[in-house]
Amino acid sequence: MNRIARLALYGLLALAALYTLAPMWVMVPTSMKTLDEIREGSLIAAPHVPTVEPWLKAWSHACTGVRCEGLKPFFVNSLLMTIPAVLRSTLMGALNGYVLTQWRFRGSDTLFTLLLVGCFIPFQVVLLPMARTLGLVGLSDSVWGLIFVHVVYGLAFTTLLFRNYYVGVPGELVKAARVDGAGFFTIFRRILLPISGPIFMVCVIWQFTQIWNDFLFGVVFAGADSQPVTVALNNLVRTSTGVKEYNVDMAAAIIAAAPTLLVYIIAGKYFVRGLTAGAVKG
Amino acid sequence: MASLGIKNIRKTYPNGVEVLKGIDLDIEDGEFLILVGGSGCGKSTLLNMIAGLETVTEGEIAIGGKRVNDLPPKDRDIAMVFQSYALYPSMSVRENIAFGLSLRKVPKAEQDATIARVAKLLQIESLLERRPAQLSGGQRQRVAMGRALAREPQIFLFDEPLSNLDAKLRVEMRSEIKLLHKRLGITTVYVTHDQIEAMTLGDKIAVMKDGVVQQFGTPDDIYNRPVNTFVAGFMGSPPMNLIPATVRVEGGIVVTQIAAHGKQQSFSLPLRHIAPGDLPSGSPLEVLLGVRPEHMTDALRVDTSHERVTVHVDITERTGADTLAFVALGGERCVCRLNPLAPIHEHQVELAVDTRAAVLFDRATGRALTLPSR
Repeated sequence: MNRIARLALYGLLALAALYTLAPMWVMVPTSMKTLDEIREGSLIAAPHVPTVEPWLKAWSHACTGVRCEGLKPFFVNSLLMTIPAVLRSTLMGALNGYVLTQWRFRGSDTLFTLLLVGCFIPFQVVLLPMARTLGLVGLSDSVWGLIFVHVVYGLAFTTLLFRNYYVGVPGELVKAARVDGAGFFTIFRRILLPISGPIFMVCVIWQFTQIWNDFLFGVVFAGADSQPVTVALNNLVRTSTGVKEYNVDMAAAIIAAAPTLLVYIIAGKYFVRGLTAGAVKG
Repeated sequence: MASLGIKNIRKTYPNGVEVLKGIDLDIEDGEFLILVGGSGCGKSTLLNMIAGLETVTEGEIAIGGKRVNDLPPKDRDIAMVFQSYALYPSMSVRENIAFGLSLRKVPKAEQDATIARVAKLLQIESLLERRPAQLSGGQRQRVAMGRALAREPQIFLFDEPLSNLDAKLRVEMRSEIKLLHKRLGITTVYVTHDQIEAMTLGDKIAVMKDGVVQQFGTPDDIYNRPVNTFVAGFMGSPPMNLIPATVRVEGGIVVTQIAAHGKQQSFSLPLRHIAPGDLPSGSPLEVLLGVRPEHMTDALRVDTSHERVTVHVDITERTGADTLAFVALGGERCVCRLNPLAPIHEHQVELAVDTRAAVLFDRATGRALTLPSR
């Protein structure tokens, strides 16, 4: 009985995995077929003669609107935007969490509650005020503007993560460090940060996925030269001059999704570990 | 090393709660002060204020005669051992000890010498490269003390350092702390809720309740001359018996009478150490007669000066060295410390009560009666 139940369980899991991977399976072979082969109509068959031509085209000379430089410049834009935004929002979240748990002040709980509300504000609501703000501070149509938006928007969530992690750090640790002569930032850097590994990973993965995958902010706030890869992908797929190149579309989509996939594959185990990590044992 | 002066210290939190209501304590250079009391009495708050971790609402704290109210912890020349040990989890034992030294820019060679000295003193040399998570409770305790010792502070502060240890280790570390204090002679303030730690370690004890020092004195004062029923009931294990009684002068001597209750007959005991003239007026006085369990013993430990009385024993507990007999006197449950061989027949035992050690408390106020001749 136990054996049968186990078999059923694994069968179900395998089915779920197949279902999840099915689109990927369609995308990869299609991206490596020639257009002629695609027209034959067998969607899930492996390519007769695999070709990297669609990938090269998607990367370096497919047309996105009027420009025909492929995804490359936009991919670089995305990196330039995502990496600083992720690091900044994570570090600031850590600092916020540290203050909200170890240096409580009057109204700190209220402030935290207000910050939490930030997690539930839909993107669309802030579009107009944010556009106005970016205009006022002179960050419109730039990568810096996008970084600013993502940091502000991510702060609520990163603060929540770090605050809930640091709440388990005994206050005596900070007191001991103060008696030892450490100041505000020394305590943060030497005592708190070294034990923040798991939650740091969670935060980085989460923020990276959010910011890399964002389309709305990118399409609204970026200038022509600072558009992220998500926006470029949209343009690439929608630009139709003559034939629809499904193989190039597929390759472009995979390229755009690759970094988040990579981050999950490399750091996925830390993600689960970090989400379940409780108080710090000392 | 330095003296510590605490003058009229008050602490009020922003929400209006007053946790310390005017504390006055003074200890000499090298003395060991115990702050003892139940939870919420303000003892840890007071310690944190001495450390500089909490602000002072009113009053003055002076270390070595110098006012330190507004100095941050690092400039007070103190070292502190915490209940949870508070070892830095990401650092090795060596780094834990060195942390404070390097922050104060002590040269590397001197740091190493200090670490070696402290490690030798506390026998933690073999643990220096380990992380706190790899240490047992007792070892963490040692490391925490080592970290404090490395500073060579003017004052040592301990916040219930032994309460996370098991019973055996606690006794061991207790004598080790005592030994260490004897060797180094550093002024120490030690917070505990354990009255045995208080009695064994302290040169001076401050018994606290509700933000007020109930009594401040030597262990002998606190144990034998408690100023009120709270102190009498808090110190000692089992605590002092508080027997409802009346006191009057009969035939030229002071006599206390304990009323009948249940199976226990009424009886009276002479209090020969009190001169009739010393009694406050208004006899008979309603009092609580405070007698330590060891002063209510069996006739085997006889002393001619002890008063004899036969009482009804409800239950007995054998602890090995003694047998504790529970009796109801004047309606209060009292404990007598008997010899294990004491003859108890049909729930009756003859007690020898050392009335010279008895303390009289006003039944209404709970305060000890001041008797000039004692």
